[in-house]
Amino acid sequence: MNISNNGITKIKVSNLNFYYGSFHALKNISLDAYKNRVTALIGPSGCGKSTFLRTINRMNDLIEGASVKGNIAIDGQDIYQKDIDIVDLRKRVGMVFQRPNPFPKSVYDNIAYGPRIHGIKKRDELDGIVEESLKASALWDEVKDRLHDSAIGLSGGQQQRLCIARALAVKPEIILMDEPASALDPIATGRIEELIDILRENYTIVIVTHNMQQAARVSDYTAFFLMGEIVEYNETGVIFERPADQRTEDYITGRFG
Amino acid sequence: MKDQQIRELRITLLVVLDKNVKKRLKKRRECDIMFIKQVNRFMAKDQEPVNKVDMWEGVSIVPRRSFDEELKALKEEMLKMGSYVEEAIHKAVKALAEQNLEVAKLVNEEDERIDEYEVKIEEKCIRLIALQQPVAKDLRTIGMITKIITDLERIGDNACNIARIVQKIGEEPLIKPLIDIPRMADLARLMVHQSLNAFVNQDPNLARETAKQDEEVDILNDQIFRELLTFMMADPTIINQATYLLFVGRYLERIADHATNICERVIYMETGNRENF
Repeated sequence: MNISNNGITKIKVSNLNFYYGSFHALKNISLDAYKNRVTALIGPSGCGKSTFLRTINRMNDLIEGASVKGNIAIDGQDIYQKDIDIVDLRKRVGMVFQRPNPFPKSVYDNIAYGPRIHGIKKRDELDGIVEESLKASALWDEVKDRLHDSAIGLSGGQQQRLCIARALAVKPEIILMDEPASALDPIATGRIEELIDILRENYTIVIVTHNMQQAARVSDYTAFFLMGEIVEYNETGVIFERPADQRTEDYITGRFG
Repeated sequence: MKDQQIRELRITLLVVLDKNVKKRLKKRRECDIMFIKQVNRFMAKDQEPVNKVDMWEGVSIVPRRSFDEELKALKEEMLKMGSYVEEAIHKAVKALAEQNLEVAKLVNEEDERIDEYEVKIEEKCIRLIALQQPVAKDLRTIGMITKIITDLERIGDNACNIARIVQKIGEEPLIKPLIDIPRMADLARLMVHQSLNAFVNQDPNLARETAKQDEEVDILNDQIFRELLTFMMADPTIINQATYLLFVGRYLERIADHATNICERVIYMETGNRENF
């Protein structure tokens, strides 16, 4: 589904089908996600939005019995081709999860972890990446004096921003977020949303959220999923002002039946 | 019967039934039978009766019951305001035709009630937006209610203006029997009435038809203008009253314009698209 006249397509999904064993979890998904835009995926539990999110960096490969048909292209390149380097793919497509999951290491090591795996060893280079990532995730001022303290000591909201910084440290192009604020209080949520707004300038973001007001606040485009299908995909303003499909209307107005 | 209507009926019935929420599941069969009866009662006679409808289809909980009730109450209140406004137009023109100063005074007094309604409804709309975060059609409905009540309040003001003119003309005999003004008033009042009907029945077609009648009102107004001009040229001593009557035409024309606005808002509320008349 192409809905933007002037956006550059970053992720192009065509006729994607996904199966958990015999269960048909995603049915003929076609969707273009645009560069430097935030695309929100909404829908009731079990509708396939998280499954879809995980197909974008091939996290589902880890699930036994899962199979994919169809095509996902990032910048025109099919990511399900045989010769794709998955480690490289996941470097380009970072992910932030629902619950903050920092490593039980220092703040510094959490962020340096990815770059080190990708071969960066020089101390001053790592220092630069850590500072840059923490600044980009709006956490620097809060942690700059305790970079070598354990990350577990941070508050939930700080931990989540640390996870975002960790995702940014490997310089991805796309960031996938699976309900990044659902475990946070309203203030921490507000910061994450503000951060998403800033990150959009440099990254393409796809976010799954159960909070429809959040989707309305942070995203440029919204896709409504239902039972493994995309019911409607359009500019967020259109979805929340005048959705075309009755099922979308029922869901976003809270009358889902 | 359209699916939409069946859906609405289902919601209405669930709201009623929810009072017995604990027994609800046990009574499921009974409810189904009752629901089918209700559906058939609302069907047009030429349609085939429904005998298999699962009112529980896909319904897990009663969806947003209190919000739906509040929204319904809000609409009802707006309609009440609308009926006072219609009454005000009727009374004002009647007072003019009969030169009844008592009725004219009443119109002015009752305008306060209309103003109070406007404030009260507006506050409720703001409250609903704050507490329920409506989107899509709910949002369009509440947004349009806040606009429609402003139109209604203005219509009320215009009726008041006519009543004031009745008071100014006083007992001085009318320069001619009124013909076009009452016709225009009837038409304008009908437009207000129909625009509110279109709102209640969620009927964008009725709104479109109603909005088109505005042209007729404009033609009548031009006619009144030309006629009174001729009268004034023939006999300058009546200029005072003729000018007042010109104003009455103008006020009625404004009323029809506000009714047209209401029609446009109903269309937007229903379709999500703007149409201008």
